[in-house]
Amino acid sequence: MEKTRTYLGVEIKRPRTAFFELSSCEGCQLQILNKEASLFAFLDLLDIVNFREAMSNGSNDYEIAFVEGSVTRADEEERLLKIRKQAKTLVALGSCACFGGVNQLKNRFNDLEWVKKEVYGDFPIETQKVRPLSDFVTVDLSIYGCPIKKEEVEEIVTNLVLGKSIDHPRYPVCMECTANGNICLFKLGEPCLGPVTRAGCDAWCPNNRVGCWGCRGPADEANFDQLQEIMDSHNIPRQAMLDRLECFGGFSSAIKNMSE
Amino acid sequence: MLFKVFPGNELETLYDILAGHHLVGPQLRGTDLNGQELFAFDYIHSFTELRLDFTSTVHSLKSFILPPRETLSSFTLTNGDWEKHVDLGIYKPHVFFGLHPCDINGLNKLDKVLTGPVYPDPFYTGKRKNMFIIGVNCSPQPWCFCKSMGTDTVLSGFDMFLTDLGDRYFVEIQSAIAYDILTELPIVDPTEADHRRFVELMDERNSKFTCQVDNSDLTKILDLEFQSPVWQEWGKKCMSCGSCASVCPTCYCYGVKEFVDLDLTNATKQRQLYSCNLIDFAMVAGGHNFRPDSASRLKYRYYHKHRGFQEAYEEALCVGCGRCGQACLAGITVPDVIDSVRRQEVPK
Repeated sequence: MEKTRTYLGVEIKRPRTAFFELSSCEGCQLQILNKEASLFAFLDLLDIVNFREAMSNGSNDYEIAFVEGSVTRADEEERLLKIRKQAKTLVALGSCACFGGVNQLKNRFNDLEWVKKEVYGDFPIETQKVRPLSDFVTVDLSIYGCPIKKEEVEEIVTNLVLGKSIDHPRYPVCMECTANGNICLFKLGEPCLGPVTRAGCDAWCPNNRVGCWGCRGPADEANFDQLQEIMDSHNIPRQAMLDRLECFGGFSSAIKNMSE
Repeated sequence: MLFKVFPGNELETLYDILAGHHLVGPQLRGTDLNGQELFAFDYIHSFTELRLDFTSTVHSLKSFILPPRETLSSFTLTNGDWEKHVDLGIYKPHVFFGLHPCDINGLNKLDKVLTGPVYPDPFYTGKRKNMFIIGVNCSPQPWCFCKSMGTDTVLSGFDMFLTDLGDRYFVEIQSAIAYDILTELPIVDPTEADHRRFVELMDERNSKFTCQVDNSDLTKILDLEFQSPVWQEWGKKCMSCGSCASVCPTCYCYGVKEFVDLDLTNATKQRQLYSCNLIDFAMVAGGHNFRPDSASRLKYRYYHKHRGFQEAYEEALCVGCGRCGQACLAGITVPDVIDSVRRQEVPK
């Protein structure tokens, strides 16, 4: 018999939870299984009924669905709609699900037939333009990052289970980076998207002296005009900045505005 | 104040006496693109790490007295009830070896708010009362405008203050503990020549300040220019990233967040330093944002520091260390902003 858990006297149910993947590297799901020291406590919060990467025999009776990956095929679209129909809460897990992720880099080629030929050669697979989950279904909650950060997921899932509100930082990575006492990478000559990227990763890359690539997408009202000026004044080529902005798909609308 | 002199090679003795404590001082972190040395306050583990000749540190001392994240209380949740634990962390005395006048003045300003009679902050006060501070004179950098803020010298808030006279240190003593420690060194009274050397050095230092701000009538001018279009121009540049507040020795605004442990049996309340430049700083329940645009947020930061605080305490909440301007990728500096308000023109 499972014993009932309470929080401040209120009974807490373990929600029936499923994990799914569309086009992705499944690295975000792997992250869910990382951080072993607190893994059991994490798994204890959820009643996981479907998780291909971690268990056999999946059930399709669930309340929360975590979906990793982007939509690149018609059958994925169909699967996603089915998941949406079942799930009370649909969570976009990671940058692919939120913005298209690294996959969406192929969208920058006009000739998708050529892309297919390059990748699959004589074994073609039916693929389409890469799109995020929100292009097809309502997404209730986004967890950003490539990969997602387990510490952040732990906090989000705890709040989800307790029915607390979930707020992402609206400010850019610089706030967390400076809080960690880092020396600004621009001072060292490294480009960084920290000034425009949504915080919440605790400046994971800049902490390790790697400039931010913007995997978490834009902060609220990020100042792209000034970002360009900063890149220019640090003699960082426009293309180097665009390569970073394009990498995970979170900035696609900002790039469109820039080229206008 | 009591003045003494001790030989330069005795500095290491002073360090050795204090080295058993948590000892924080300026140390080299690296060099920037132009080869300029970058310093940080951090724990010092050997005398050779201590760089009293440092220019200034990229970050202020704040992480040691007002950390970016700090647990205010923790809770044990059992049997439908809860128990609160508060740890003020007062059992860890710290030695700060090598603070410039601006940073000591920064602490004195924070004291007015955080140890004052209205809302004393026990976490800050606990740390503050457990500090032993050795000040050291500096060499003005191109971004330092402390002279304009009246914070280029410091009269209180330290235990001893060192000035390098070349082969010996001139030391101002302000506490009994400092005196007791110094008696273990071969201290002597300063001679007439030492006095003259000290004054000479101060004159030389004064002549090296290149950056300044005209603060005259500033509270009035800020009142008059509340609707000035220059704020919009600065707002366009601001990234709303909070770096200025993070590195500022006197910014103390914070938010409080609750975290529940994964096992649902423990929880913590944490303070997180915030910045008035962040987009949701003035967002209230229901989602209304009183300062939704970067221009009004940036403006309020200046009004708090150079007008509101000035009216409340007859001094600005700024020590002229220039760290914010150095940290700002958009190149927004206090002297430029205040100058633009006076002249109604933003430099391109």
